[in-house]
Amino acid sequence: MFDVCIVGAGVVGALCARALSAYQLNVCVLDRANDVCTGASRANSAIVHAGFDAKPGTLKARFNVRGSEMMEQVCKDLGVKYVRNGSLVLGYTDEDKATLSDLYERGVKNGVRDLALLDREGVVALEPHVTEEVTCALYAPTGAIVSPFGLCDAGLGHAMDNGVEFIRNFEVDRIECEDDAYVLYAGEQTVRAKYVVNCAGLYSDKIAAMVGDDSFTVHPRRGEYMVLDKAFTPSLTNFTLFSTPTPKGKGILVTATTGGNVMLGPTAEELTDKEDLDTTAAGTASIRAQSARYVQNIPFNAVITSFTGLRAVGSTGDFIIHASAPGFITFGGIESPGLTSAPALAEYCVELLATEGLALEKKNDWSPVRTKGAIKFNKMTDEQKNEIIKDNPAYGNMVCRCEGVSEGEIVAAIRTNPGARDVDGVKRRTRSGMGRCQGGFCSSIIVEILSREMGIPYEQVTKSGGASIINYGRTKGGEHND
Amino acid sequence: MTKVSLVIVGGGPAGMSAAVAAYKAGVTDLLILEREAHLGGILRQCIHNGFGLHKFGEELTGPEYAARYAEQVKELGIPYKVGTMVTGITEDKVITAVNPTDGIMHIQAEAIILAMGCRERPKGALNIAGARPSGIYTAGTAQKYVNIKGYMPGKEVVILGSGDIGLIMARRMTLEGAKVKAVCELMPYSGGLARNIEQCLNDFGIPLMLSHTVVQIHGKDRVTGVTIAKVDERRNPIKETEQYIACDTLLLSCGLLPENELTKGAGITMDRITGGAVTDQSRQTSIPGVFACGNVLHVHDLVDYVSEEAEIAGCAAADYLANKQSERVDITVQPVGGVRYTVPQKITSAQDTTVYFRVADVFRDKRVVVKCGDRVISNKKKIKLAPGEMETVKLTAQVLAELAEGTITIGLEE
Repeated sequence: MFDVCIVGAGVVGALCARALSAYQLNVCVLDRANDVCTGASRANSAIVHAGFDAKPGTLKARFNVRGSEMMEQVCKDLGVKYVRNGSLVLGYTDEDKATLSDLYERGVKNGVRDLALLDREGVVALEPHVTEEVTCALYAPTGAIVSPFGLCDAGLGHAMDNGVEFIRNFEVDRIECEDDAYVLYAGEQTVRAKYVVNCAGLYSDKIAAMVGDDSFTVHPRRGEYMVLDKAFTPSLTNFTLFSTPTPKGKGILVTATTGGNVMLGPTAEELTDKEDLDTTAAGTASIRAQSARYVQNIPFNAVITSFTGLRAVGSTGDFIIHASAPGFITFGGIESPGLTSAPALAEYCVELLATEGLALEKKNDWSPVRTKGAIKFNKMTDEQKNEIIKDNPAYGNMVCRCEGVSEGEIVAAIRTNPGARDVDGVKRRTRSGMGRCQGGFCSSIIVEILSREMGIPYEQVTKSGGASIINYGRTKGGEHND
Repeated sequence: MTKVSLVIVGGGPAGMSAAVAAYKAGVTDLLILEREAHLGGILRQCIHNGFGLHKFGEELTGPEYAARYAEQVKELGIPYKVGTMVTGITEDKVITAVNPTDGIMHIQAEAIILAMGCRERPKGALNIAGARPSGIYTAGTAQKYVNIKGYMPGKEVVILGSGDIGLIMARRMTLEGAKVKAVCELMPYSGGLARNIEQCLNDFGIPLMLSHTVVQIHGKDRVTGVTIAKVDERRNPIKETEQYIACDTLLLSCGLLPENELTKGAGITMDRITGGAVTDQSRQTSIPGVFACGNVLHVHDLVDYVSEEAEIAGCAAADYLANKQSERVDITVQPVGGVRYTVPQKITSAQDTTVYFRVADVFRDKRVVVKCGDRVISNKKKIKLAPGEMETVKLTAQVLAELAEGTITIGLEE
């Protein structure tokens, strides 16, 4: 019996787990996938919104501003990449200029610090690569970028270091309410918990409905992205560039990422199918057309990958946070600025559970600083690296040539909470396969390392769990030796 | 810091051939750095035959061809380090490399030969619509799974792109029991060698669908099929021609890209078309004493030509280290009318020089005309020219000495 069961190992679930791991509680996190961070948390803009966009008085505004304030310290404590790169909302017309003034006012009202309205000269001084069309901008120096993979992984990892249990491949299909507990079913498997936190993203409506809460729905909004070879980043931008929102929409962004690549997107397309992760020809065309207005000479032939993320859009237009049943907290419709808000939502989760009657007693030995994370090999000096390699030669064996990832780092990604179990999991943790060759050279070696570390046959290693197998078995020749 | 006269980055066919040539020309203080666990480069996974016809006058497999050079490297006692990744090269020729036993090394070289080869164009660059299930591989990755690891990455296969590795893998997968349903090629012609289309597709009844592309990938966990379509003259898919092919695997053979991150990091001048460095006839780059050869310079059709080019670079590096000077000229080689690129792009010494070039489209009954201003240097009729087949013209030392400076153009005329 768990005290608290969290459904969903996205960024909200991971950080809720971490927040609860500070207390003397028996906590578990369930996810239907083979890993942490496989839904909306995996595929988004990876930015920390300054907070000028959300309508004052909304939950989005409240948690955005608080989350943005907390994010830098959380990342520092967890060893997650975070860069305060600043954001610019680009304007092209007089109308835009007026809108930017409104945004400025709204930002001030939301408590966003250091906002500034810039004329063209001011914009160009900051970002000389903007197009000729740009006439003005709103500058938010507190805007930042973060690694969403890192945040989920380290958040849940830190929780696990402190006793939280992570149960993979557990897709909740019904929930029964007994006297003292909820029983969550995934086929024949069950998990019992006194309290439940529903962080199921796109399926948070479905999970809530299992305990009779049908007060809201969540639908997917497709956002397509394109990622550029990082060799071109210096000629593009280190900022996060938005365009001024118009009645037609917010438009895409052109943003730096903590991985070093510039990313273009997202499009916005309302869908009904929560599993539709297709990129589309229309989406690609739209990103190309729109981004060309932001910065000059975007090298579209240097796109190394494109992907789709689905935002979990709630039916109220705001975040939906309430008790769906006694002791059953729901976080629904956590779309943008969900990533930014996540640390603040986790903080609030603890408060809400206390309100529901959960007894909270702090652990004496809990520290917000994660000490059991994988070493940050690529951040070390040559001397430090050589010490590590002497101790563990696998750190001297480069597996991913594009991103410079060693075997030692890949093994650490598998062994460190909440270990990678598939090729995509290794990729999100180490960046191996995220570079310009997209795993062409390294994937077969990563499969080998996963097979060895997990003690499973080579052909059972998957790309992303489930039926995503990579090989079908031996060739006619049978066993080979490299 | 360790000092080495000549460091060769890459122990594939180009690196080994360059090292052997340099050694034979008198360079004994040299070192090959190879990132894989063995010498041989990509040839190790090319177990088909057809290598070595030009160089050795016999048909060898890739591993056999590589072994010929690896044996020479070992016999000559040329030092090499495998499992060693070069992570940086500076303008001053300081090489940073890492391996499990030496850790991070800094090596001051007097001369460097770049021989890092090329990589395949990945899916992302192609912007195919659809999800990202398992089962999408570049042809070379699939080749590694099958030939090196001994595993089958697919059972029912569609191949996009008719580059040579794609054609070779169509046959290889078929021989291993997979069903290759089609090879789609965006262009109205194949980028592969004619002999490979004959031996790898036609002999096995695998359809080559020219002017076709994959417009959608289907499947969630693993590929379940692809939608293909014919494309118009502007390479846009024609909606009415869409057809669905059930398959579990999509292999991509859509071009090779010289792997020049180290080259760019050193600040060497690049050629936008080849994706490699700009070099002179000796394969010297814009940094004196830094040479490039093989697929890192421009993508070759045959490894035999890679070896030839690497010998040029190896001998030139030896000359550079021995401070040998020859008669200087200052000639730019410029591709015109139908010719896409040339290697070398410039000529700095009056010596017999072979200029390699590729054409931009398929041409029939054209003349390859080499000129300097109004002067016609050579004029040779060709029945057929195709982008997939590298062409050459020879310039004699005498002609180059006479010209001394100026621009030589190579183009196609009626």
